Amino acid sequence: MIRDISIGRYFPAKSFVHAMDARAKLLLTLAMIVVTFLCKNLYSLAALCAFTILVYLSSRLKPLLILKSLKPLLPLLILTVIMQVIFTKTGTPVLTVGKFSVYDDALIMSLFVCVRILVLIVVSSLLTYTTSPTRLTDAIERLLSPLKHLKIDVGTFAMMMTIALRFIPTLIDEIDRLTSAQKARGADFESGNLIQRVKSLFPIFIPLFVSAIQRASELADAMICRCYTGEGRTSYRVMKFGWRDAVALLAVAVFTGGVITLNVLFAPLL
Amino acid sequence: MKNEVLRFDNVTFCYDTERPEHTAVRDLSFSLYEGEFTCILGHNGSGKSTVAKLCNALLLPTSGTVTAYGLDTAVEANENEIRRNVGMVFQNPDNQLVATIVEDDVAFGPENLGLPREEIAARVDEALRLVGMTEFRKHEPHRLSGGQKQRVAIAGALAMQTRCLVLDEPTAMLDPQGRQEVMEALFKLKRELGITVVLVTHFMSEAVAADRVLVMNDGKLCMDGTPREVFAHSEELSAIGLAVPKPLEIARTLRQNGIPIDDVLTADELAQAFYNAFT
Ligand SMILES: Nc1ncnc2c1ncn2[C@@H]1O[C@H](COP(=O)(O)OP(=O)(O)OP(=O)(O)O)[C@@H](O)[C@H]1O
Ligand SMILES: [Mg+2]
Repeated sequence: MIRDISIGRYFPAKSFVHAMDARAKLLLTLAMIVVTFLCKNLYSLAALCAFTILVYLSSRLKPLLILKSLKPLLPLLILTVIMQVIFTKTGTPVLTVGKFSVYDDALIMSLFVCVRILVLIVVSSLLTYTTSPTRLTDAIERLLSPLKHLKIDVGTFAMMMTIALRFIPTLIDEIDRLTSAQKARGADFESGNLIQRVKSLFPIFIPLFVSAIQRASELADAMICRCYTGEGRTSYRVMKFGWRDAVALLAVAVFTGGVITLNVLFAPLL
Repeated sequence: MKNEVLRFDNVTFCYDTERPEHTAVRDLSFSLYEGEFTCILGHNGSGKSTVAKLCNALLLPTSGTVTAYGLDTAVEANENEIRRNVGMVFQNPDNQLVATIVEDDVAFGPENLGLPREEIAARVDEALRLVGMTEFRKHEPHRLSGGQKQRVAIAGALAMQTRCLVLDEPTAMLDPQGRQEVMEALFKLKRELGITVVLVTHFMSEAVAADRVLVMNDGKLCMDGTPREVFAHSEELSAIGLAVPKPLEIARTLRQNGIPIDDVLTADELAQAFYNAFT
């Protein structure tokens, strides 16, 4: 059940995007998120979609993968459209049923919001799909390293993230085990009202919590045994910007320029 | 003259000094020597894990002194040096791996020592090779078998160029195959690198291959000798809740039933003795 979630997972493969430097990917993802909000008319929106799909294809991941991870978003998108249709009352009516009319602005707004949400999710999923958690943590650590001058302990923060990532699968296994154990004792997680269901989770989360504390204490011992003090560490992994990062940077820059040009050439819809 | 690696002098350890009746280790004295493979046996709660943790200053003695490679563990300035030389592997393989990728985990110790990257890379390669995990270097630890995880943990200690490995029931949570993998790795390290191994275990079959066996009972050392010497005292062992190895038990039963067989420790020896008895 919990295993099926693909958001935030890493899918190793050999591709242009996989081979890029994690820092470059992280920064370009942020840039893409900003550009998403720069699109003001249908032309630039279309360009945005096309570029996003192109980038996704260059990662050589299966299209099905991203579609699966977008599926849970469907209710959110539908809700957005409904809200827009009900509350946006500007522009010209395109459809009237009795006293209620749907305005064209509502449809345009819906389109923009939905496309933006989808692009945001695709772009950020792409980051985690193609970057190992370790690399991502490294990238965050390096990018935040200027904060060290403000006496913020970036290294320890990155260590915490690494450990969290390392223990997620372990804890998921543990939840599976506890769930089966409780089911074997006749626990029922699927029926009853909300309160009953929440109550039925206690016998899983309390042992989980206890064992997590036990694990933490053993892990702390193991880290101490390997001379961890949090200070004076060096890093085994190297990060190097390469030609792919330059190409990607150029592509995103050209794309951003294109979006701005389209915004200027054609009248904004928003 | 054998080099002394670890030395316990009248060591007492109490987890809760307000309740001295809960003393985990009482007045323990012994020395372990370079290149020896020592097993520590004892029933549950006899203080084996406590002894293991006293070896590298994870715990400090309530009274008495523990010396590792000539350094007193109670002196804080020695801590790093001691932990570099005395590596530790614990029982639960899931709770001692830090990183999300095998090779990163092995690199964790050297990174903490602040070594330059090339040096770390060389050590990681070597450590993974020694435990036979090179082909798994890019794998995620949680997808490995128990035996493989424990070998990664051993590699993590080796990458610090540890000279002595203390293992607290490293095979307790493993299946027979994993147990064999870990034991083979340990004997290889002893043979090839002359690493001193201290193995806490409750598998008698692991103890028979050791150079020396220490038996603990109720926080005290109650036997000390080669496996043959220790297992000769089967009555005393069973009095403190330990069994002798199965082959030895079988040999003795056979002897009681009139078949002339000497004491043996392993299945192979038993087979040989059995063969000799009838030819
Ligand atoms: N963290 C702790 N706090 C208080 N008492 C402890 C702690 N750890 C162990 N003890 C007690 O110290 C004694 C020795 O424990 P220790 O863990 O060293 O035994 P052990 O021989 O390793 O046992 P096992 O075979 O179960 O691993 C036991 O009586 C135990 O209850
Ligand atoms: Mg123990």
